[in-house]
Amino acid sequence: MSLTARDLGLFAGMAAVLGMVAMFQSPQLAVTILNMSLISAIMALGVNMQWGYAGLFNVGIMGFTAVGGLAVVLVAQPPVPEAWAAGGLGILLGLMLGVASILAAVIVYKRMQPGKLRGAAIFGVLVLGYFLTSYVFGPAKEAVQAVNPASEGYLGGAGLPVILAWPVGAVFAAGVAWLVGKVSLGLRSDYLAIATLGISEIVIAALKHERWLARGVNNVTGIERPVTRPIDLQPLPWIQSLAETLGWSVSQTATVVSGLGYSALFLTVLAVLIWLAERALNSPWGRMMRAIRDNEVSARAMGKDVTKRHLNIFILGSAVCGLAGAMMVSMDGQLTPGSYEPLRFTFLIWVMVIVGGSGNNWGSVLGAFVIWFLWVQVEPAGRWFMELVTSGMADGSGLKQHLLDSAAYMRLLTMGVALLLMLRFAPKGLIPER
Amino acid sequence: MEPLNALVSLSNFMLIPAFAYGSQLALGALGITLIYSILRFAHFAHGDTMALGTAAVIGGTWFLQARGVGIAPLPTALLALPFGLLVMIAYLLAADRLVYRYYRRVKAKPMIFVMASLGVMFVTNGITRLFMGVGETRFEDGERFIFTVRQFRDVTGLDEGMALRSAQALTITTALIVMVALFWFLNRTRAGKSMRAYSDNEDLALLSGINPERVVVITWVITAILLVLAGTLFGLDKGFRPFNYFQLLLPMFAAAILGGLGSPIGAIVGAYVVAFAEMGITYAWRRVFAYLMPEGMEPDSMMQLLPVDYKFAVTFAILVIVLLFRPTGIFKGKVL
Repeated sequence: MSLTARDLGLFAGMAAVLGMVAMFQSPQLAVTILNMSLISAIMALGVNMQWGYAGLFNVGIMGFTAVGGLAVVLVAQPPVPEAWAAGGLGILLGLMLGVASILAAVIVYKRMQPGKLRGAAIFGVLVLGYFLTSYVFGPAKEAVQAVNPASEGYLGGAGLPVILAWPVGAVFAAGVAWLVGKVSLGLRSDYLAIATLGISEIVIAALKHERWLARGVNNVTGIERPVTRPIDLQPLPWIQSLAETLGWSVSQTATVVSGLGYSALFLTVLAVLIWLAERALNSPWGRMMRAIRDNEVSARAMGKDVTKRHLNIFILGSAVCGLAGAMMVSMDGQLTPGSYEPLRFTFLIWVMVIVGGSGNNWGSVLGAFVIWFLWVQVEPAGRWFMELVTSGMADGSGLKQHLLDSAAYMRLLTMGVALLLMLRFAPKGLIPER
Repeated sequence: MEPLNALVSLSNFMLIPAFAYGSQLALGALGITLIYSILRFAHFAHGDTMALGTAAVIGGTWFLQARGVGIAPLPTALLALPFGLLVMIAYLLAADRLVYRYYRRVKAKPMIFVMASLGVMFVTNGITRLFMGVGETRFEDGERFIFTVRQFRDVTGLDEGMALRSAQALTITTALIVMVALFWFLNRTRAGKSMRAYSDNEDLALLSGINPERVVVITWVITAILLVLAGTLFGLDKGFRPFNYFQLLLPMFAAAILGGLGSPIGAIVGAYVVAFAEMGITYAWRRVFAYLMPEGMEPDSMMQLLPVDYKFAVTFAILVIVLLFRPTGIFKGKVL
């Protein structure tokens, strides 16, 4: 754990800024920023493993976080027995048939001699598999979606404690990462970028479309939370006396306390991850990863299986992103596939990693805090700026209204400029790798 | 007449739209492939610069429309194209000057370029949204159809109708003209030849007195032209929404990789393959089969292989197949 006085100073400065938000804006806002920063820090940590340790370029962070979020629904939501009765078996059988037909195609590919015949055989297997699968799957899906569609219409989850969903989310993301990595690693480095870009779009499309799975665009709401909700905290005597001491309203105190509960949970996870990541980075394994990153050819000459190591770290990093995605959904208590946007969930994380300092775990954490803070605060700042710009214009003019409405997009611009400036003038980031 | 009806229905709902979409993709993929072979990085800002170029054209269109200037049957946007081109050329050259040139000079790794293009993407995205918002803008005017379903039916006497929208016809003709011009430029002119030489072997090209910065400038100018055209045609055809342009990134890259990164002809072929696969697999074939099958055996399902929401899955599947079996693409791109 090597942190210099300068790094500690940076972190202290960030803490002071958050403290000022609590004082001058509102404590709730400060806690919200803190919690999202912690989650973003975990995502950035995952990306830093891929990019900072191994030089892998993952543009599909959104997909991995969304898969992690799906895990929360599948683990924590109560099962819907009517839906299971209506088509649960058919769906399971259909999924198995789908997997089986892909496996059959792989077996045909491996066992048969290369040639036209093999191509035809694979095609035949896949077509047959497709029709079998959709024959079983289609009606089952319709049946499930027809069960009480206004509030259910999906299979529900396992009804387990929501905390369990976090590791499960990591495993889900790791599975997706294995698929993508298996296909695109070992080729040109930009191919991984494009493949991850694709898979993340597909994950989101599937989440939106497969209503039997997690209700699609109808969203799953009211998921069990790992921390007591503010509304349940309010009647507690100690909350009320705390509110009195602080001079805040009871609901405000309850919100802040509940939020801090999440902060404690997230902080624990982050601390464990940082500890593990630092240990790994400074172990022979970490040195090997960096050696591979810095010079693939010589690492290969030393007998390292570069593609395999890349696959390892890609899976690890994606799993961390999936974990963060699960944490985020369990904090929000809802899964809303429509809210996943690549700019917010993929590229913003990248800005965090680059600004913080790629290759340095602490850097990613700091970057996450700084960038998330900016992301939240630039919007009001942008509105203020636009008001300044438009102050001379006549009220009610179309241009003025348009500019004011567009203030929200200032933050994209700001983030881009921040990324470009860092990349150009301080490519090592706020806390450089050492 | 049954097979003819099937063909007409197929053309109306799948072949013509796919051909138009493929042409738009081809123009975009050509830009990706050019940047890739000259500047040697994957240009992630492609979709968003396309959106910005289109936004400029739309701005020009509004300006002209407000003054009542138009070229009646054709969309006013065509008249505004030069303005969009100028804006885009200036923008891309400025981006090159401010961002990419430095990394060229320090010979940064390709991944750093990609990262920088992410930054440019953010900025471009912000600018586009600042001007246009996130909603859909339609700017198609003039004659909407070359011939409508009704006219087609009246003339041919078939049950099925077919329409040809002017945006589609315009897309296809423009794309063909641009492709021919591009190939003529690359193969016949001195500048084009120097570009090819530079992409083939940088050191030898430098040795024979080719000015690399000039090659880079020409590349950006050509890319700007391709981008603005592709974006405007796409917008005329489907309406302008910034996010849709970002999402074009995947099919454009898939097309360029499928054809072989760095190969212009590959980008074009790849684009049409991607477009027809996307449309074909998400198309409901029921009507076509209803005409082809004997009486009483009409299918009762939609005969749709995948829902439209999964069109990216089709693109992705193509990408995966290429990466697994032929990473150099159909036309043997430059490097693996």
